[in-house]
Amino acid sequence: MTPEKTPALVLEGVRKSFGENEVLKGIDLAVAPHEVVCLIGASGSGKSTLLRCVNLIEPLDAGRVVVEGEEITASGVDANHIRRRIGIVYQAFNLFPHMTVLRNITLAPREVLGMDRAEAEERALALLERFGLSDRRDEYPDRLSGGQQQRVAIVRALAMRPSLMLLDEVTSALDPELVAEVLSLIRELASEGMTMLIATHEMGFARDIADRVCFLEEGRILEEGPPERIFTSPENPRTRRFLSRIIAAGRL
Amino acid sequence: MLGGRAVLVSSASTVLFFVVIVVVVALAPGSELVAERFFSPFHLWRSLVGSESEPSILSAFLLNVYIFAISEVLILILALVIAVVRQIPGPVFFPFRMVAVAYTDLFRGVPLILVLYIIGFGVPGLGMAFFSYLSDVTYGIIALVLVYSAYVAEVYRAGIESVHDSQNAAARSLGLSRWQSLRFVVLPQAVRRVIPPLLNDFIGLQKDTALVSVLGSIEAARAAQIYGASQFNYASYVVAALLFILITIPLARFTDRLIARDKRRREAGALA
Repeated sequence: MTPEKTPALVLEGVRKSFGENEVLKGIDLAVAPHEVVCLIGASGSGKSTLLRCVNLIEPLDAGRVVVEGEEITASGVDANHIRRRIGIVYQAFNLFPHMTVLRNITLAPREVLGMDRAEAEERALALLERFGLSDRRDEYPDRLSGGQQQRVAIVRALAMRPSLMLLDEVTSALDPELVAEVLSLIRELASEGMTMLIATHEMGFARDIADRVCFLEEGRILEEGPPERIFTSPENPRTRRFLSRIIAAGRL
Repeated sequence: MLGGRAVLVSSASTVLFFVVIVVVVALAPGSELVAERFFSPFHLWRSLVGSESEPSILSAFLLNVYIFAISEVLILILALVIAVVRQIPGPVFFPFRMVAVAYTDLFRGVPLILVLYIIGFGVPGLGMAFFSYLSDVTYGIIALVLVYSAYVAEVYRAGIESVHDSQNAAARSLGLSRWQSLRFVVLPQAVRRVIPPLLNDFIGLQKDTALVSVLGSIEAARAAQIYGASQFNYASYVVAALLFILITIPLARFTDRLIARDKRRREAGALA
C-alpha cells in the first residue's frame, strides 16, 4: 500500500458486548479516502454500535480502530483529540436545546480548537449559507423542523472540518417529506469527496450514493461489494432474504 | 378565562367563605381577648418599629434577610460542587464520591436545630484560632449552609440526571472533554430545569433563618418573643409572621411563573 493510499479508516476484529449480548462479533472493514460506505441491515444488526465504536463513544471489547494510519485504540491515545477528526451525526439530532443554531455550531470550534469567536462564527455562517440555513442562525433548535435540525447537526459536525463523517440513520427520525432535504445535503458532501460511513435504512439512497455497501447481520459483515451487485445479485442467501423483505415493504 | 357568570359565582363563594370563618371565630368565647392580645393596632405598630425597651421587629427582620442572602449564595455554590463531585466517574474519584454521598446522607438526616447547637456551641468550645471566635450569626449561617447544601445538592443531581445521555454523547463526539461537556452542555440544561424546586427550597430557607435565634441572635422571631414577654401582648408574633409572608409570597409567585413558563416551553418544543 503506497503512503498516499493510507486508508481513512481501518477496523480489525472489532468486538463489543452489552452484558451477555454480543452486538459486534468481529468486524473487519477498511474505508479508503473519499470513499462512501453504506452499512445496511435490520435494526439490531449492530450498525449504530459499530459507528459509536469508531469514535470511541462506546469502548471496544477487542479489536483495533485505525484512523488515517494512527491506531486510536492504542493505550495512551487521547480520545478527545481523535474525536475532533471524526464527525458523527445521530438519528435523534442531539442538538443542544439551550443554545442557538449558531452557538451549537461554534461551541466545539471555540472550546476545542480554541478558535476566536469571530473566526468560528465566520466558518459557521459560511456553512449555514451553503446549506440554505443562514436565516436560522439565531433560532433555538426546538423552533426548527426535523429536517432543519438534522441539517444543523450535520453542519455542526462539519464545522470541525472532520476527515471522516459517520452518519447514524440520520433520516430515520424524520417525516417522509423532510428526508429529501437531508439526503441531498449528504449527496453534496459525497460529491465533494467527503469520506463517509453511513448506517441507513434508505436503500434507494444507499444504492445511489455508496461506493460500497456492507450488509450486517447479528454483528458480522455477511457480504460487501458495490451497490449494483449487492442490490441486484446478492450472493449470500441472508442478504437476499433481507433485500426481498425490503422490496416487499416498498422501500427499494 | 372566567365568564361573567363564573366571576359572579366565584366572588359570592369567596365572600361567603370568609364571612363564615369570621363569624365562627367571632363567636368563640375568647375572641375579644384574642383580638386584643394578637391584633391590637397599638401593639402591632409599636412592636414593628420598636421602643426604648423592646427591639424593632422590622430592623430585626433585616438580620433574617442578611442571613438568607449570604446563605443562599453559599448554598448554591457548595451544593453544585457536591452534586458535580458525586457524579464524577472513574475509580480514582471513589473517595470523593463517597464523601459527597456521606455528606448528603448526614446533613439531610440531622435536624437543623441540632446542627445549629453543635456548630454554634461546639466550635467555639474547641478553642481553635479564628474558627472558634466567630459571631453567632456566622455560626448560624454555617449551619444553614451545611444543612441546605445537602438538600440542594440532591436537587442539582436530579437535574443533572434528567439531561439525557445523548447530549453528553453529542458533546463528547465533537471533541469536548468530560468537563467541557458538563460545563457547556449538561449543567446549563440541568440548572434551568431545577430552578423551580431550588426556589422552593429557598422559601424554606427564608423561614428557617428564624432558628438562628437559638444561638442568641436577635432576629425577627426572637424580637417578637422579647416584645411578647415584656408587654404581655402577642401582636409582635403576628407582625413577624407578616414580614416573613411578605418575602415568601413574591418568591412563591415567582416560582409559579417559572414553572408555567417551563411548561409552555416544553409544550412548544413537543409541537416542533
